Amino acid sequence: MTAAVERATIDDILDRLKHLPGGLLPILHEIQGAVGYVPRESVPDIAAGLNLSRAEVHGVISFYHDFQTEPSGRSRIQLCRAEACQAVGARALERHITAQLGIGLGETTADGAVSLESVYCLGNCACGPSVRIGDEIHARVTPARFDELRGHLQAEQS
Amino acid sequence: MITVYVPRDTTACAVGADAVAAAIEAEAGARNIEINLIRNGSRGLFWLETLVEVSTAQGRMAYGPVTASDVPQLFDAGFHEGRASDLFLGPTEQISYLKNQQRVNFARAGVIDPLSLEDYQAQGGYAGLTRALVLTPQAMVDEVKTSGLRGRGGAAFPTGIKWQTVLDTPAEQKYIVCNADEGDSGTFADRLLMEADPFQLIEGMTIAGLAVGATRGYIYLRSEYPRAHTVLNAALATANDAGYLGEDVAGSGKAFELEVRLGAGAYICGEETALLDSLEGKRGLVRPKPPLPAVAGLFGQPTVINNVLTLATISSIFEKGADHYKNFGTGRSVGTLAVQLAGNIKQGGVVELAFGATLRSLLEEFGGGTLSDRPIKAVQVGGPLGAYLPETQWGLPLDYEAFAAAKAMLGHGGVVVFDDSVDMLEQARFAMEFCAVESCGKCTPCRIGSTRGVEVIDKIRAGEQRDDSLALLESLCETMALGSLCAMGGLTPSPVRSAIAHFPEAFGG
Ligand SMILES: Cc1cc2nc3c(=O)[nH]c(=O)nc-3n(C[C@H](O)[C@H](O)[C@H](O)COP(=O)(O)O)c2cc1C
Ligand code: SF4
Ligand code: FES
Repeated sequence: MTAAVERATIDDILDRLKHLPGGLLPILHEIQGAVGYVPRESVPDIAAGLNLSRAEVHGVISFYHDFQTEPSGRSRIQLCRAEACQAVGARALERHITAQLGIGLGETTADGAVSLESVYCLGNCACGPSVRIGDEIHARVTPARFDELRGHLQAEQS
Repeated sequence: MITVYVPRDTTACAVGADAVAAAIEAEAGARNIEINLIRNGSRGLFWLETLVEVSTAQGRMAYGPVTASDVPQLFDAGFHEGRASDLFLGPTEQISYLKNQQRVNFARAGVIDPLSLEDYQAQGGYAGLTRALVLTPQAMVDEVKTSGLRGRGGAAFPTGIKWQTVLDTPAEQKYIVCNADEGDSGTFADRLLMEADPFQLIEGMTIAGLAVGATRGYIYLRSEYPRAHTVLNAALATANDAGYLGEDVAGSGKAFELEVRLGAGAYICGEETALLDSLEGKRGLVRPKPPLPAVAGLFGQPTVINNVLTLATISSIFEKGADHYKNFGTGRSVGTLAVQLAGNIKQGGVVELAFGATLRSLLEEFGGGTLSDRPIKAVQVGGPLGAYLPETQWGLPLDYEAFAAAKAMLGHGGVVVFDDSVDMLEQARFAMEFCAVESCGKCTPCRIGSTRGVEVIDKIRAGEQRDDSLALLESLCETMALGSLCAMGGLTPSPVRSAIAHFPEAFGG
C-alpha cells in the first residue's frame, strides 16, 4: 500500500466509525485489518477525528497486545503459551518454533515472511498445543506438525 | 435424503473438520449418494472430534474421531445408512460422556444448525422471551432471584440482585453488557455456547434488557475467537431481520439493539470494570468500586454486566421457569456448572453437571485419565488465578463454597490437568510471569510484585539462598494478596502458594 492509499483508507475508516460510541478500538481493528498495522503517522489523524489527545490514542495502542505500529510478517503465527497447552508440550513446541524460525516471540523473520507472537489461550484447550495462523486455529501441534504447517505457508507464499 | 452433520466449531475445525466435510461431499458425489450436509456446532466432546453424525430412523448415529482419509472407508461400511464400522460410536445420545451429563445450557449444542432460527425455535428457543414479554420488569427480576442463579464469570454473585440495582437506578440510557472475554486458560464453554447456540445468548440478553429497561447491549468478545465472531454477527443479523432485535422486539413496542465489540488481547479486560473502560475506547484499567457498574457502568450509566453462560441461562430460566432451574445443584450453588476438561486429559471437553459432583469423578469417569497415560500430578481449577490441587483434594465437590473453604476457586469451571512430568516450580513462575505481562499496571503490588516474583523464583531454582528466597516469595505473595485492587494481583499468589504448599519438593524442599 502506498502512503497515499494508506492515508485514504484510514480517512475512510475514520469517517465511517468516528461517531460510534467508544469507537477507538473498532477503528484501530479496522485500520490494522486493512493496512496490516497502525502506522504511527496516523495517530494525529485518529486523535483529531475522535477529539482525543495523541497521548491518549498512543496509550490505547500500546496497552493492547493486538495492536502493532510496525508492519508484521506476511503470516502472523500465534503460539498459545497458557497452562492447558503447557500441560501437553507447548514449552517444547516454543523451543522448536523459535529455533526453526530463528526468531523469538514478538519478532519477524528477516525475509518478512513470518511474525511470531505469543497468545494466552485460543479456547482450544482440550486439544492443545494450539497455534493460530491468520484466522485458522490448529490443534495438537507437535513440532512435526508445525513443520508441516510451515511448509504449507511457504508453498502459499512462493 | 440422508442428513449428515459435521461440526464447524473452532476445535473441530482445528483438528480438520472442514477437510472431513469436503471429503464427505466429494465421496457422496462420486457414489451418487444424495446427502444434506449440515455444519452443526459441536457436542463439546472434543476428544472425539471430528464427530460426524448421520440421521437414521433410530436417531442420530455418531462416528469419531473421523479424519478426511477415513471417509472412503466410512462410505464402504455404509455409514450413510447408520451402519456400524471401526469409528462407530452408536447413537450419539447414548455416548456415556454425553448421556451422564445434565445439559441445560448445552442441550442444543451440536444438535442444531447454530444459525438456523427455525432449529432454535423448534427446540424451545424464544419461548422464554415470549413468557417474559407478559411480565412486568419487577416480576422478571423476581424470576431471576427465585432461580438462585449466580454469575458464571467467576465471582458467583447473585444475578437477580445485580439486576435489581440496575432496575432501581433511574437513567435515560441503561446497558446490558455480555462478558465474552473468556480469558482463562482451560476454558472454552463460552466459546462453545456462542458458536453452537448463539441465539440462546441473544435471547438472554434481550430478556435482560426488557427486565431492567436497557435498550442497548454489547457483547465484548475476545479477539482470540474469530469463529465465534463470525457466528455471532450472522446470528445478530438473523435476529434483527426476524424482529427479535431492533426498535420493536417481537412486536412488544420495546427496543433492544445489540452489537459485538472485539477486545484486543488483554486478559485484564475480562475484569468487568476494565472491560467497560475498554468498551469506552480506553485502556483497560480496573476502576475502583464503588461505584458499582450496576449504578454507574458503561459511559457512567447503570449497566448489567454478566458472563456469557449467565445470560444464556436466563433463556432457559424463562423458558422452563425458575422453580425448574432451582431443582439442580447443591446448597447455594444452584443449577448446573459447565466444567471444561483440558490440558493433559484423554477425554477433554465440556461436561455440564448439577453442582456437587466431585473433581475426582470428573477426572476419572469423564476425563479417562491423562492423554500421556502417566499419573495425574496436579490439577489447576479456575484459570490462571486458581490453585493447583494435589490428589488429596480431588474429593472436593464442585461447589463454590466447598472450593473457597479449601482455599481454591471454581471460577469459570476450567480444569487443567498435568501429569507427573510437570515442573511445579515452572508453573509457579508462569503464574507470576503471566501477572507481570497482563497486569493493568494500576497498583504497585501487582505490577512490581509479579516481576519480583519471577526473579525470586529464578533464584530458588538456582539454589541461591533458598530459605531466604522462599520467605521473600511468601512476603511478596502476602503483599500482592492484600494490596491489590483486583483479583489479578490479589489471586496470583493462589497458584504460587498452592504449588509451594502441595509440591514442596519442586522448590528444593
Ligand atoms: C482478572 C479478572 C479476569 C476476569 N475475566 C473474566 C472473563 O474472562 N469472563 C467473565 O465472564 N468474567 C471474568 N471476570 C469476572 C468479572 O469481573 C465479573 O465478575 C463478571 O463479568 C460478572 O458476570 P457474572 O456475574 O455473570 O459472573 C474476571 C475477573 C478478574 C478479576
Ligand atoms: S491488581 Fe493488577 S490488574 Fe488489578 S487493578 Fe491492580 S494492577 Fe491492575
Ligand atoms: S490454553 Fe492453549 S488454547 Fe487454551
